[in-house]
Amino acid sequence: MNKDSIIIKGENVSIGYRKQTVYRELNFQLYRGELTCLLGANGIGKSTLLRTLSATQPALCGNISLLGKPISSYSEEELSRTVGVVLTDRTYAGGLTVRELVSLGRQPHTGFFGRLHQSDKDIIEHAINAVGIARKANCYTAELSDGERQKVMIAKALVQESPLILLDEPTAFLDVISRIEIMMLLHRLATEEQKAILLSTHDVEQALVLADRLWLLTDENGLECGVTEDLILSNRMDALFPNKEIRFDLMHGIYSPTVQGKQNILLTAGDETLRHWAQNALNRNGFFCLSDENKSKNYPLQLEISGKDRLKLTQNGEEYIHKSFESLLTSLRQKTNIAEKKYINN
Amino acid sequence: MKAERKGYIYCLVLAIIIGILIMANLLFGSVEIPPKAVLNTLMGNGTEKASWEFIIWESRFPQCITAMLCGAALSASGLMLQTVFNNPLADSSILGISSGASLGVAVAMLIGGGSIAAGSFVLSGFLSVIFGAFIGASLILGIILILSHVIKNSIMLLIAGIMIGYVTSSVISLLNFFSTSEGVHSYIIWGMGNFGGVSLKMLPYFSLIIVCGLIIAILLIKPLNALLLGTRYAENLGINIRNVRNLMFLSTGILTAATTAFCGPIAFIGLAVPHIARLFSGTSNHNSLMPITILTGSAVALTCNLLCILPGELGIIPLNAVTPIIGAPVIIYVIINQRKIQYFN
Repeated sequence: MNKDSIIIKGENVSIGYRKQTVYRELNFQLYRGELTCLLGANGIGKSTLLRTLSATQPALCGNISLLGKPISSYSEEELSRTVGVVLTDRTYAGGLTVRELVSLGRQPHTGFFGRLHQSDKDIIEHAINAVGIARKANCYTAELSDGERQKVMIAKALVQESPLILLDEPTAFLDVISRIEIMMLLHRLATEEQKAILLSTHDVEQALVLADRLWLLTDENGLECGVTEDLILSNRMDALFPNKEIRFDLMHGIYSPTVQGKQNILLTAGDETLRHWAQNALNRNGFFCLSDENKSKNYPLQLEISGKDRLKLTQNGEEYIHKSFESLLTSLRQKTNIAEKKYINN
Repeated sequence: MKAERKGYIYCLVLAIIIGILIMANLLFGSVEIPPKAVLNTLMGNGTEKASWEFIIWESRFPQCITAMLCGAALSASGLMLQTVFNNPLADSSILGISSGASLGVAVAMLIGGGSIAAGSFVLSGFLSVIFGAFIGASLILGIILILSHVIKNSIMLLIAGIMIGYVTSSVISLLNFFSTSEGVHSYIIWGMGNFGGVSLKMLPYFSLIIVCGLIIAILLIKPLNALLLGTRYAENLGINIRNVRNLMFLSTGILTAATTAFCGPIAFIGLAVPHIARLFSGTSNHNSLMPITILTGSAVALTCNLLCILPGELGIIPLNAVTPIIGAPVIIYVIINQRKIQYFN
């Protein structure tokens, strides 16, 4: 990795407040042209870390260098041209048009009265187009949806022309579609505009798909940084949320409840999709699925699926054909109940 | 740009309205003066009666200019406070700054013996009254400033300001209790508000003070726009919040102290005019909102003054009886329609 591409670098950084150190000895780097996602449980200190990186809160000790210069040596003006932030704070700018709000991002570059030159206006139009909000450029920000507002704030950060953009949970209040849109937008901007973008988020699924790097923040291990796939394949995702009932599904890149089946069932499926959803249904109902490699053993419960309406259940040698999961699950529940009752009666 | 041109048009329209209102204010009064005579006086040509000339130059003209400047001053400080505290109900009277100035005035009048008779001061007493108002307003501003470092929540700070206002009011009541009846009388008259408190001789000084305060307000336009995004975004845009707050407090202090000392504690103009300006101009952008607010403030104050002097020979209506009639409905309208009004969302 080229040395010039390091935007911000931290060595043995401690973050926190005067009376309470939240983390010690953090080491990290952010690179130009990359989208990095900061993941961690609620209240773990993601915002504190972001505030430290934007120099709104000083690091307790250690060195943070921004473009090779200590961050503490930056003046307010220099900082405003080097770090752009997007927050979840309430704004009071409903009475500004989208273009006016984006223009505010030019303030670090304009003179005393904030007059915009043609070059400033060009940069503003470029940013408005880049985030895809050009259609609404003359609308009041009050008329926008939450997702659109977030895009406007991202455009504001873009016109600051800062090499580093920090976003504190930019997708927090958005619906699924807007979340994916914003993440895709940020990934595109990181590449196209050659920015280093760091965002904190709870959207693990999208982060795993779109982040070039992950920063995992945990109480036990502090901050772990690395390329997304490296971290996933070395099982670092399980450490993120230390909870025995939830585990990280390496295959699908999602967190799911740990399977605790009371009864075993042999599952044979026509294809991977059928297998996945059959397993999903069975796990939810307390069955532990065995794969067809163990076919030789003669299990009392067997399920064979060759299509979404062809579900063959074999129980103690008797065969039942079900046409939907609804009828399959109903009969499974009844039979296991009867079995349990018999067991109790005996 | 479109919005800019719209701003210029509004300012032009307001300037015309102000011109008309000034003429109306010069025309009407307790003594009937024919329009021709008013015009002649203003042109510098003599009139038939020397008393008419005297009334226009010594009473009506300074009253006009004072109303204009006071309206501008109160509205500009109201706008600044509303933006800095991100609170549409902030205003120097609500934050207790006016009561601070009033306390200063009360101390000067009741203890210092700055005896006044309904608007026309003796110079020495007059100076002590202004000085008192400055001290009082700065004192409260200082307290608010200290509190603003402790209380980060803007609404809580506003409530603290209201509490300080109550305390100063009760101190004033106590002072009144121990004061002479003439002192109380002149304080009550002053408390009703009156734009006629500045004589022609005093007018240049008064104008200078107000213009200084307004210049600071205009210099703050850029950071005020950034503050629309909240303090953390503003900080990220390179704004030094502490400096901006201090400058805003200085400007507000000067404007409030001067208007309160000369014209009494005038309520509602500072609170309502920024809303009127936002509703008409349809923007929160201070580039156009600040000048429009200043001009609207002048127009509203001139209208209030006109209403006060309308009874003619019957006398003058107290200013503070008129301003709430114009101001309160605006605030109620704004509160009822806040879901529909852009700048709330």
